[in-house]
Amino acid sequence: MADASAQTFDLKELFRTSGVAEILEALDRELIGLAPVKLRIRETAALLMVERVRNEAGLAHETPTLHMSFTGNPGTGKTTVANRMAGLLHKLGYVRKGHLVSVTRDDLVGQYIGHTAPKTKELLKKAMGGVLFIDEAYYLYKPDNERDYGQEAIEILLQVMENQRDDLVVILAGYADRMARFFESNPGFRSRIAHHIDFPDYSDAELLHIAELMLEQQNYRFSANARDAMAEYIKLRRTQPHFANARSIRNALDRTRLRHANRLLETGDGKVSLAMLSEIGEADVRGSRVFNSNGAGHG
Amino acid sequence: MRITQGCFSFLPDLGDDQISAQVEYCLQNNWAVGIEFTDDPHPRNTYWEMWGNPMFDLRDAAGVMMELRDCRKAHGNSYIRINAFDSTRGWETVRMSFIANRPKQEPVIEMTRREGNGRTQHYQHAARR
Repeated sequence: MADASAQTFDLKELFRTSGVAEILEALDRELIGLAPVKLRIRETAALLMVERVRNEAGLAHETPTLHMSFTGNPGTGKTTVANRMAGLLHKLGYVRKGHLVSVTRDDLVGQYIGHTAPKTKELLKKAMGGVLFIDEAYYLYKPDNERDYGQEAIEILLQVMENQRDDLVVILAGYADRMARFFESNPGFRSRIAHHIDFPDYSDAELLHIAELMLEQQNYRFSANARDAMAEYIKLRRTQPHFANARSIRNALDRTRLRHANRLLETGDGKVSLAMLSEIGEADVRGSRVFNSNGAGHG
Repeated sequence: MRITQGCFSFLPDLGDDQISAQVEYCLQNNWAVGIEFTDDPHPRNTYWEMWGNPMFDLRDAAGVMMELRDCRKAHGNSYIRINAFDSTRGWETVRMSFIANRPKQEPVIEMTRREGNGRTQHYQHAARR
C-alpha cells in the first residue's frame, strides 16, 4: 500500500490530453461575454476532472450528479452552451457519446392517455449516452390542470435521472423566474439537479461585438457609420418588447441584409463592386422600424 | 431442451454487459434494434411478439437495455430475442438476431415420424412443456 499513497496524478497533463482545455478555450474564444457562465463551466470541469482522478484512485465510487439547469432570458446562449457542455462531458468521460438531444414539451408530452410514456421514453432512449436538453422545462408542469399529461412525463424523467445517471445527463433551461417556480412545485427536480447556471443578459457593447462577428461569418462588414447606427439600434431595441438578446440581433441583421440587397438592386446601374457586395451601409441599418419615433413593431 | 436459434445460441447465455456490447456493435453499423418475445420456440414460429417498435436513431445501447429490462420484467419466463435491422438496401433486413432471455424451464421439441404415400417419411416437430 506504500506504493499507492506515493502515487501522483498529473492534472495539468490530463487537462491537456483529455481535450478539455481545447473545449474551454473554444468556449472563451467563440462566445462573447457570459463571464459568469464561463467561470461556472470552468469550475464544473475542474470538479469533474478531479472527481475522475479520485475515481481512478479509488477514493470516489459514485457517479456525481451532473444534471443541470440553465436559466436566463431568451437569446443568451443557453442552447449553444449546452452543446459545448455535451462535448465537455464526453471528453471527460461522463457521457459515452456526447450528442445533444434538444426537446420541448411537445416532444415529451402526448395528447391522450397512454401516449405520453412511450413518447417520453423514446426520446430518453435517443438521448442515452448524451445530453437531453429540455427547453422551457416549466411548461411540463401545469398546476392549473391536475390531469395534465406533463406530470407523467415528469415522473418518467425523474426516475431515469435518478436510476440512470451514468447513461444520461439532463439539462433544463428557461427563464429564471419561471424555472424557480417550477422547481418550487417539483422538489424532485430541485434535489436531483446539482448545477444551476445563470445566464446574464448581454451588454450593449457585447451585442455589437456579436453583431460584427455574425456578419463576419457571412463575409459582410459594417461601414464605420453603419457600426454606429447598429450601436444606436441595440440601445433602442432593448427598450422595446420581445427583446431576445443575440437572437434579436440575428433577426435584425437578416433584415438589414434584405435592405442591403434591395438597395444594391434599386440604386445605380446595377453594376456592383466586391466591396459594395459585402459592406452594410448606414442606410441599411437606419431603415429599421426601431428608429421610427413611434416605435411600433419590432423590425 | 436448450433452444438454439440465431447468433451465439451454442455459447453460454450472454451476460448483460455482453448483450450491451453486441447492441453497441449494431448501433455502430446504423442498424435499428428491436426486441421480440414469445413462449413458443417452435422453429417454424418466425414472427414473435414485438416489444414496442424497433428503435431507430439510438446512439447508445443503454436505451435498448432499458427496454430489455422492462421486457424481462413483463415476460421473464419467455424467450426474448434482439433483432438488428439493416436498411442500406432500402428495406429492413435482419442482420443479426440473438436470444437474450430464456424461460427457467425450456420446453422440449419432439419429433414424430409419419409414413405417407409410397412409404415417404414426414417429420413433424412439436414443442412440449
